[in-house]
Amino acid sequence: MAHEIIAATNAVVTLDVALPGIVWGWIITMNMWAKSIGTGIIFIAFYLLKKYPEQTGFIRLPSVVISIIFIHMFLFFTVIDLHQMFRFWHIFFHPHMTSTITLGAWLAAGFVGIILTMAYFLYIKKDEAMYDKLLAYGVVLAVPVTLYTAGLMAQSTARELWQMPTESIQMMLAAFLAGSATMLLVGGNKFSDEIKKDLALILGFSALTAFIMYMLELVFGPMKAEEVAATLEFVKGGEYTFMFWLGQIVAFLIPMVLVCKSIKDKSYYLLKIAAVSALVGLWITKHVWLVIPQLLNLS
Amino acid sequence: MQLGFLVDLRLCMGCKGCEIACKVENEVPLSTWRLRVKYVDVGSFPETKRTFTPLRCNHCANAPCVRICPVSALHYIENGIVNIDKERCIGCAGCIMACPYGAIYIDPLTQTADKCTYCAHRVASAMMPACVVACPVEANIFGDLDDPMSNISKYIQEHQGNVQVRKAEKGTDPHHFYVGGGNVTLNPLASLREEGFGLFNNLTHLPVGGHH
Ligand code: SF4
Ligand code: SF4
Repeated sequence: MAHEIIAATNAVVTLDVALPGIVWGWIITMNMWAKSIGTGIIFIAFYLLKKYPEQTGFIRLPSVVISIIFIHMFLFFTVIDLHQMFRFWHIFFHPHMTSTITLGAWLAAGFVGIILTMAYFLYIKKDEAMYDKLLAYGVVLAVPVTLYTAGLMAQSTARELWQMPTESIQMMLAAFLAGSATMLLVGGNKFSDEIKKDLALILGFSALTAFIMYMLELVFGPMKAEEVAATLEFVKGGEYTFMFWLGQIVAFLIPMVLVCKSIKDKSYYLLKIAAVSALVGLWITKHVWLVIPQLLNLS
Repeated sequence: MQLGFLVDLRLCMGCKGCEIACKVENEVPLSTWRLRVKYVDVGSFPETKRTFTPLRCNHCANAPCVRICPVSALHYIENGIVNIDKERCIGCAGCIMACPYGAIYIDPLTQTADKCTYCAHRVASAMMPACVVACPVEANIFGDLDDPMSNISKYIQEHQGNVQVRKAEKGTDPHHFYVGGGNVTLNPLASLREEGFGLFNNLTHLPVGGHH
């Protein structure tokens, strides 16, 4: 509609102040990407330890270590993006509970507590039973930790592209994609073909579903609101088109093709390439989706 | 009490007096603005018209910036103003992502969020906001929306049918009204804003919080 108005009225801004550029940039992309791995690996570890307890005991330590590293990366990037990073503690001492930022900080703190305790029981106490018990709680908490960013994006009322529930589904899919990809890289040839096939299927289905959702947004998003239509112009011939399609191909299409080929040939050596491709592509995809709504003039 | 603003766009002549008064009163740093006046030219020569739109925070009744702020730095005060506590702000920029009107900026000096406060400090001393005082044509009308006898309430009554808010569809319930506005003046997507040197100045974007 705005298009037609511009065409009809020839309305041009002739004097205006400089507007702020991108507010949440690559640091926030790193934040989302690292969190997908940090929670995703916990989901996948839980699944494997339940389904193949005899063969997957060795994943306990690497899974929790990876989760600790990536969740701390996520926290690090969250804090350094603050313009007043040394006031981070205000979130805990002056919390405003309607904010998903507050909620996310509290949930992430709880999640960090659980994974650190898991590592303690596994490494110091050598208590695998306790680890497995805590892992279940870790999974329960990993769900809202994964989802709160979608809540935050939905609270970003100015960015029509990010509204619920699509973003929540995309966040969960990102966690499954990143978790299965990381697990394939960690477990490598120590996994049986059956387990590799399971992981390949999780990777493939997450990639397929996420890809379909992005495509649906591309086609149907503009019907929702004029702002979505204007935002998507940046990936439909606009300055982020190349990056958007690069992300889709590397994150979703290449892993899907490699997963299909691996399962068809019953040979799983290609899965590591699929895993790396998915992880790299996920960063690109998340970045584009983060940045494009911020290119729109709001006033 | 619910304080509100109304700008009669039919009166505004784009002098930018309000913009400058605001800058001075609130010591708004270079490259940031609490209030700005945007010029949009409409039509093709010789059938052209220039429009002027003062843009500031709307002090929404259902403010997404207040909701998203993790530390209540953005908060309501009893007269309905959405105020900011810069000592509490952590600079997460959540409010910038939430405000549908681009009304918030990061102050490059304090590295905290800031925006129009309807000059809450002046209002507390029974003075009018600086922009209202500076306007030579009384296009800015400020007052208590809860008081049917206030200037702003009477103005809204008199101009029923020609009173608009920006982006009503966002459900923010703004306490900032316009008279004589339209799509071109109030909808940023309805005009072309091309980067680069235009008629008067360089239309551009600047890094957030990075300019002193
Ligand atoms: S206009 Fe923006 S900054 Fe002002 S109250 Fe509404 S949402 Fe908040
Ligand atoms: S930048 Fe400051 S005012 Fe804005 S949401 Fe974050 S803490 Fe609140």
